[in-house]
Amino acid sequence: MQTVKIVVTGPFSSGKTEFIQSISEIDVVSTERKISLESEKIKNATTVAMDFGRITIDKELVLYMFGTPGQRRFDFMWEILSEGMLGFIVMVDSARPETFREARYILETFRAYAPTPYVVTANKQDLDDAWDLEDMRFALRLDPKIKLLPCVAHDKNSVKKVLLELLYTILAEMEAK
Amino acid sequence: MALKGNLRDFTITQLLNLVNLACKTGTLVVEGPADVAKITFREGKLIYAQLDHQDNSLAGILRRSKKISSRQYSILSERAANMNDKELGILLINAGYLSQYDIIESLQQYFVGIVRQLFTWVEGVFNFEVNTLQPSDKIPIRMDLENLIIEGSRQLREWEQLQQEIPSLDMSLKFSDRPGINIRNVNLSVEEWRVVYYVNPKNTMRQIAKATKLNDLEIRRIVYSLLQAGLVEVIRPGERTVALPPRAFPKTNKTEQKSLINRIIDRIRSI
Repeated sequence: MQTVKIVVTGPFSSGKTEFIQSISEIDVVSTERKISLESEKIKNATTVAMDFGRITIDKELVLYMFGTPGQRRFDFMWEILSEGMLGFIVMVDSARPETFREARYILETFRAYAPTPYVVTANKQDLDDAWDLEDMRFALRLDPKIKLLPCVAHDKNSVKKVLLELLYTILAEMEAK
Repeated sequence: MALKGNLRDFTITQLLNLVNLACKTGTLVVEGPADVAKITFREGKLIYAQLDHQDNSLAGILRRSKKISSRQYSILSERAANMNDKELGILLINAGYLSQYDIIESLQQYFVGIVRQLFTWVEGVFNFEVNTLQPSDKIPIRMDLENLIIEGSRQLREWEQLQQEIPSLDMSLKFSDRPGINIRNVNLSVEEWRVVYYVNPKNTMRQIAKATKLNDLEIRRIVYSLLQAGLVEVIRPGERTVALPPRAFPKTNKTEQKSLINRIIDRIRSI
């Protein structure tokens, strides 16, 4: 059995776990723990090591999806998780501009770890106070060539579109070489 | 107990605060990647500072503060080579070339400059040598540390923010593709021009910093201002074009790799 992996990263509470849960064929092996810091209590639990989802492609091939912990104090996991990945997805909460700087930091860090293809997703686009994609592109200082995709992580079709766009990007970059 | 450690765990600002509050007397020796700084305190006040790789003589300090010209410096270095700083200071005052105020002011500026430089060091080890004072031939001054500590704290905050903005110096820079912008028309400082000169996807920021003799803070500060002005963009180093790491694929053949990706695409489409 052959395996390949894709990493889903992004700031705390950007929707990484939900994204993987929406598409994984197994219950996500999650390492969520109750949040202890008051300042981080915008949700009840957070990922402390990684999330782990799986999609069986065929008899010989399995795609694993790893979600990184979003909090900076667990960033020692990022480098480990990024090793040998096909590509990565940076999730950003469109409705929390205060996390955009952190998203930029994570993006730059991952780009430095591994020069692999990636896409950026603007999650929670269904919320009223979600930022427009073009404004987000400007705030995140994304090159026009980088795909910034709208996403709603609890919607399987939306997640599928993001994954497909990452795969198209991987193909395009393989062909460009 | 020995006061020694690493700048990663204990910042210069914290050390100054400790010296100030505990009214310590002694010399703080900081060994950075490129130089060694020695800062001497008496009862919690700054009295002397030197960098090992700099001309710390009074003549050198006076030239740096433009109290004497380069020609006067050469003459002094030649004719007063056997004099120590205290003797030279008295000679210059008695000869009416400089006032005591000029000399003290130059020394203050120089010592403060060294401490400011220390604020930009993030790597290095320190050791506080209790009761060790400056060499006896050097002129001590007496300065409160509070203003320097406040300045250091501000710089620390700036450093943290810059690290968030530019987390890795192993990335490269390229000029932004913005029509109508001519960098020659932008007012840049000498340091900024030096960095701009090296902007090229092949050069990482770390390499640019090395070539321009800037430390981590200084290069980040300049790159940040160029980024904010929209003049440059951070990109992957040119030598490392986008590539999939060898371990990403179970196959090594490119056609097989493409076929693998296409299989994944087909499967995802069918979900």
